[in-house]
Amino acid sequence: MPRFTAENTILAKEIIGRYPLPKSALIPLLHLAQEQDGHVTDDAMVHIAELVGITPAEVIGTCSFYEMFKREPVGDYLVNVCTNIACMLMGGEELLAHLEDRLGIRPGSTTPDGTFTLEDVECIAACTEAPCLTVNYRYFHKISTDQADALLDDLRAGRRAHEIPKHGTLARVRQTIPADARAGAAVPGESGQPVWMKPKDEPEGASA
Amino acid sequence: MSDQAGGARTVPKMITGRFQYDDAHTIDRYRATDGYAALRKALDMHPEDVHAEIKNASLLGRGGAGFPAGVKWGFCPPGVWPRYFVVNGDESEPGTYKDRLLMERDPHQLIEGVLIGAYATGCAQAFLYVRGEMALAQERIATALNEAYAAGLVGKNVLGSDFSCDIVLHWGAGAYIVGEETALIESLEGNRGMPRLKPPYFPAAKGLYMQPTIVNNVETMANVPWIIRNGAEAYTAFGAESSRGTRMFAVSGHVKKPGVHEVEFGTTTFRELIYGACGGIRGNHTLKAFIPGGASAPWFYDEHLDLPLEAGAVGAAGSMLGSGAIVVMDETTDAVKATWRVVRFFARESCGKCTPCREGTSWLEKILRRMLDGQGRPEDIGLLLDLCDNISPAITWPPKQTTICPLGPSAVSPIASAIMRFKSEFQAYCGGGDIPTSVTINGAAYLPPEGAPAGV
Repeated sequence: MPRFTAENTILAKEIIGRYPLPKSALIPLLHLAQEQDGHVTDDAMVHIAELVGITPAEVIGTCSFYEMFKREPVGDYLVNVCTNIACMLMGGEELLAHLEDRLGIRPGSTTPDGTFTLEDVECIAACTEAPCLTVNYRYFHKISTDQADALLDDLRAGRRAHEIPKHGTLARVRQTIPADARAGAAVPGESGQPVWMKPKDEPEGASA
Repeated sequence: MSDQAGGARTVPKMITGRFQYDDAHTIDRYRATDGYAALRKALDMHPEDVHAEIKNASLLGRGGAGFPAGVKWGFCPPGVWPRYFVVNGDESEPGTYKDRLLMERDPHQLIEGVLIGAYATGCAQAFLYVRGEMALAQERIATALNEAYAAGLVGKNVLGSDFSCDIVLHWGAGAYIVGEETALIESLEGNRGMPRLKPPYFPAAKGLYMQPTIVNNVETMANVPWIIRNGAEAYTAFGAESSRGTRMFAVSGHVKKPGVHEVEFGTTTFRELIYGACGGIRGNHTLKAFIPGGASAPWFYDEHLDLPLEAGAVGAAGSMLGSGAIVVMDETTDAVKATWRVVRFFARESCGKCTPCREGTSWLEKILRRMLDGQGRPEDIGLLLDLCDNISPAITWPPKQTTICPLGPSAVSPIASAIMRFKSEFQAYCGGGDIPTSVTINGAAYLPPEGAPAGV
């Protein structure tokens, strides 16, 4: 049950530094833990509590609210089928039923080989492209059952590895704020009136 | 995207204009298409004048409530610092599909809008809260921010001026309720995403860390560069008096060509959108009902097609324009099934803080599920409506609130809509049953058109 690696600990501290108060980094750090281990481990939550300066109970309190955080291992590929109203009208339930048959599992469970976890999810904002699903949060629009089958075959054979990272990795591009360009966190009790907010009658001065 | 038919003059694509380019998300394309010109212009203006321009443009919030952004910006108490700017990119209202497009396809437009907003309101730090499930949007915004930092467009001394503001990209983690602005702030503080008790009503007074905080939707902020570049007067030349500019609408469900369209705000009608831009109802089918503004909105029917996409007109007819989500159902749709699916959404997404919502939505869902499973009872219609009446007394529009946020009372809309219009379908699942005399239903959209009996 791993804590953050040395490299991720540095990254975690850098992320905490972006926020006015450290606890705001909680969700980003839980994502980082999930990226490192595929799910959020107990030890990672203890480590996050130490880094943020709160109790592990507070970390799990936040973690357990959000459905993307998995506290048990899930498959390499999380297949989320939308069945909300627009998708339901366009065959989302049939798509889900097909994938249940094909994978031999019910929504919320994982194939015995640990490759796929299936979920029946709420609206994922692709309503005009219904029915739709995501695999590790990568969208597949207007997908037929045949196309879904082909997608599963591709994933199993590793043919989509370049576009769909294994579960845990969300965005593959991180924001980096260069030290020399950083304006800095605006901390309550420390940051006063910004310099550019001078009264209108004073000369503008430094404006570009 | 397609052009809106009707009217002699051309309505510009104010926020989706760059969608024609495959590389619209890159800083090179953005700069080649007026990108960051508005930021330069704004930095040469006094912050108060930038704020006045947005106020004069009457830019309405595009997240659902439709509150004027310029007015909201003015709610920050004077002399209280620091202030924060937060962008709500947690798009998840069923049927809503626009903010994801704006974030994936034109992230610099959003960044430029946020910078201008932060400059105008004196916010020293901004947070872009992007829905957790939107990996591509997060990647595109991260890349765009990295490009913008490297170009000196964001961060310390923007473009050599005295304006300094970091924009922090923040990912959500899966919770519809975080779209409610005080829940979003709780989430941004690292807490469970539960809405805060009001008052204070506006985060502009007390928001993030109880400091003044402006929370605006993605589409709202995407309008800001166009307004600053072209001026409030040019902006208000488009749209209805109460609804200026353009707005994005997603039309999904049983239409020939589902799609997202940026159209003139407040003048375009539902008919023009559904039967014009989207080609009408699929196959040889006919319209049964449509949801005009997201899952929370009472349903509309044939008689509402000629209403303009304008908050006042839609509100007077008993529903809401909401988040620009139009879901069309043809006559093959099972009204009970559709109702169940919308109600299940609210039951699953209730944060659990308030009893009427936590208990009420899950009981509504269970009763509807029981009916669909062939176990309906004649008293179920009365039971459903009695529960609705408990969640939102007198079943009015807008719904009366018994909860901290509108989520629970929103679950009443689809049930009241469907029972009042398609009562016989419910009776078929229940072996009869009727609307109890103890329950009143008052919303205008729930009542039948003049001369027609209810529930047929």
